[in-house]
Amino acid sequence: MSAKLSALFSDSYIDVSQYRDQHFKGNRVDQEKLLKQSCTLYVGNLSFYTTEEQVYELFSKSGDVKRIVIGLDKVKKTACGFCFVEYYTRVDAENAMRFINGTRLDDRIIRTDWDAGFKEGRQYGRGKSGGQVRDEYRQDYDPARGGYGKLTQLQRTSDGPRTF
Amino acid sequence: MSRRRHSDENDGAQPHKRRRTSEPMEIEDRLESLICRVGEKSTSSLESNLEGLAGVLEADLPNYKTKILRILCSVARMLPEKLTVYTTLVGLLNARNYNFGGEFVEAMIRQLKETLKSNLYTEALYLVRFLCDLVNCHVIAAPSMVAMFENFVSVTQEEDVPQVRCDWYVYTVLSSLPWVGKELYEKKDVEMDRLLGQIEVYLKGRQKTHVPMLQVWTAEKPHPQEEYLDCLWAQVQKLKKDRWQERHILRPYIAFDSVLCEALQHNLPPFTPPAHSHDAIYPMPRVVFRMFDYTDAPEGPVMPGSHSVERYVIEENLNCIIKSHWRERKTCAAQLLSYPGKSKIPLNYHIVEVIFGQLFQLPSPPHIDVMYTTLLIELCKLQPGSLPQVLAQATEMMYMRLDTMNTTCIDRFINWFSHHLSNFQFRWSWDDWADCLTVDLDKPKPKFVREVLEKSMRLSYHQRIVDIVPPSFSVLIPAEPIFQYKYGDESSSSLLAYPVTITVGNAIKNRASNEEILTVLRDVPNPNQEEDDDEGEGFNPLKIEVFLQTLLHLAAKSFSHSFSALAKFHEVLKTLSDSDEGKLDVLRVVYDVWRNHPQMISVLVDKMIRTQIVDCSAVANWIFSSNMAHDFTRFYVWEILHSTIRKMNKHVQKIQRELEEAKEKLEKQHHKKRDSGDEEDMEKLSGDEEGQLEEQIERLQEKVESAQSEQKNLFLVIFQRFIMLLTEHLVRCETSGMEFNTSWYKNCIERLQQIFLMHHVTIQQYMGTLENLLFTAELDHHILTVYQQFCALQL
Repeated sequence: MSAKLSALFSDSYIDVSQYRDQHFKGNRVDQEKLLKQSCTLYVGNLSFYTTEEQVYELFSKSGDVKRIVIGLDKVKKTACGFCFVEYYTRVDAENAMRFINGTRLDDRIIRTDWDAGFKEGRQYGRGKSGGQVRDEYRQDYDPARGGYGKLTQLQRTSDGPRTF
Repeated sequence: MSRRRHSDENDGAQPHKRRRTSEPMEIEDRLESLICRVGEKSTSSLESNLEGLAGVLEADLPNYKTKILRILCSVARMLPEKLTVYTTLVGLLNARNYNFGGEFVEAMIRQLKETLKSNLYTEALYLVRFLCDLVNCHVIAAPSMVAMFENFVSVTQEEDVPQVRCDWYVYTVLSSLPWVGKELYEKKDVEMDRLLGQIEVYLKGRQKTHVPMLQVWTAEKPHPQEEYLDCLWAQVQKLKKDRWQERHILRPYIAFDSVLCEALQHNLPPFTPPAHSHDAIYPMPRVVFRMFDYTDAPEGPVMPGSHSVERYVIEENLNCIIKSHWRERKTCAAQLLSYPGKSKIPLNYHIVEVIFGQLFQLPSPPHIDVMYTTLLIELCKLQPGSLPQVLAQATEMMYMRLDTMNTTCIDRFINWFSHHLSNFQFRWSWDDWADCLTVDLDKPKPKFVREVLEKSMRLSYHQRIVDIVPPSFSVLIPAEPIFQYKYGDESSSSLLAYPVTITVGNAIKNRASNEEILTVLRDVPNPNQEEDDDEGEGFNPLKIEVFLQTLLHLAAKSFSHSFSALAKFHEVLKTLSDSDEGKLDVLRVVYDVWRNHPQMISVLVDKMIRTQIVDCSAVANWIFSSNMAHDFTRFYVWEILHSTIRKMNKHVQKIQRELEEAKEKLEKQHHKKRDSGDEEDMEKLSGDEEGQLEEQIERLQEKVESAQSEQKNLFLVIFQRFIMLLTEHLVRCETSGMEFNTSWYKNCIERLQQIFLMHHVTIQQYMGTLENLLFTAELDHHILTVYQQFCALQL
């Protein structure tokens, strides 16, 4: 009887982003399907010091959390600024995308994105130095994420102390 | 202009296929877009946009009439905040094409019937209001509208129908009057007076037992929390006294009066409200939330009074905007802030009032709580120079009125405020609230601050909280969330079971199996044991304490560590907690070790229910046990209880769904059998399948019954315990001549109310049992009143 008026009632906060996990085992069609059904979110831009407890507290505001997996530096096995949050239902995960994504945790704006599902091994950073790739190349100083990016750190030590 | 859904890019459809189907789709999308976005982002006036659009649509009518009808009907239903824009459009179309106008009215009536049948009462109301405004646009003749109203009001004469049914019809009539009162009175004042007279009689005779349960504040000052129909009636009375002069609503059709009054009008077909049926779910009554008046906005435009019709229209429109756009916070905030007519009202105050009105709505907010937090943050971003101040003012006002605020609303206030602060570095003028330090710590104000600090700590860490409050507030700072190990230090070496804790600890560290642990635990001395009971099989609470204290101590590092530990030794825990007492002891130990970390208690209790180490009734009994009396008024305890009830409810629903699905499968099988040609073959094959399905259905049926029985038992336990506690308190106060309305009492009785409100849908199923067993006439009237108010919600 009535039109859905999709022109007006978009729900863009729950849309899938452009990012695709390059290490995903399976074809593109499978990946899309999993992303559309997923109850798991990737959470990025965390401080290295943000705890599982804090993540639980914040993400519980959109529903019961089934599991949290804190992302680890592959070498140091310490938190390296991301995690996965899995809900029991898709609806709860959608509400997290609508209302928790883009707000602050530990004073930092965090970013959430759909994830195809946690698999063993995905809790490790994929940067060369063991952390996340983004921390390899960034040039800014972020005290909550180990200071300078890894490449910049190496450059700074090889250049020696600066004198003006 | 048409919006491509981005998923199209990945769908792997054939290119030529896409091209073939997209042309009519593109045009339909274009029409939708044109209609939905009329007047947006245009340099010309709204009126000239409408004129242009009417021309375009008139030209498209021959080919796309059905589509246009559908879009306009949807817009009437789903964009109530833009009501008058679209009634004007329909008016213009009707003036150009009389038949189209007639078909539109017919389609609207069909839609009205459908929405009423489907329990979509809010949308039905928007449709009626749209039809009313069509009277202003000369599409519908006023007398036929009055006739429809007469039919609506005659519902109040029906016998044996729920009050909420009559309420809706009366509300719908009253709530349309701001838009069309003037026109209807001009044409049919005698009939309208009669109508209003009948409504007045109905309103005077209405039951209002439910009102106290729905009020956010119990105090009448400074703003009475009025019942929604009473408030609207007062507003309509005032409007009538002002001779129906209404100046707030945007009415584009006025500019087209010369065109529109030439148009021929249609008569509404006689409309009989559908009869009451048992599966009708009418909207629940509500209370109007007010927290501001004209004295609160210091400068700028004046806030319309509480009984002015402008106030009603503004609140309606803002509520409609939130209903339309709650999923997209940026759009929602932008739409709220671009409210037409905003220069004449203190818009920020209205927005903040409407948002808190929704957040504090009882029984529950229309949308998920966290949406409101994020929406307010978005609004602060868009109006950084003005909105944060209004929000701070609102927070201050709500703090001042905590003494009379409903406990459920205080819960939501705590959650909102702590989450909000965590987005703004916890900056707040805590010193302004130093008055809370001068009263007993269990009074509402210091209690509120303590709970806010506790929640804030969960979102950050202990030292942060110490840093953000002035030193004088240190008494309100939560304890450091550290594990309390009974067997941890030198002094504990004298404890009876100390040696076993060492053995158990080592066993766990050496990856012992569940059986090995159980073997070790046999050595735990049993304080209950009789001298000659060699078996040691009697229930031994010390076993639970020794094992669980040690295990949780080793796993104390994080939630994940603790969950892992519970999973690894699930067998041991199931064995130890096998009895009701065992389950209570498990919970007692968890509390003992983690009493300074309520968040950890919550997640452990949750995990233990889900892994069936404890059951829901055990948690309820534990919460009401004397051990927990000390924490009985703390927020976290009620979060645990409500979470437990929700888990129970979801469990029942899940099995019910499985049963439904199995039944559907069986039905499909039967149909297949009936429809197939080769009966003999089908019978052979499906005989087995059917048998299996039938068995499955039987099993599921049993499962459902057993789950429902568990659910009923859970509510019985909870209500029984409440009744016992409250009765004890009331009797004690009466005999000793003490005032019964202490902070503890207010908290307890409102927590009882909260159980009813938060789980009203489930509890409705068990009303019979509750009334017969628990809420009988012998009960103290203070307690019975809560039950009666609850029953009044759906009368």
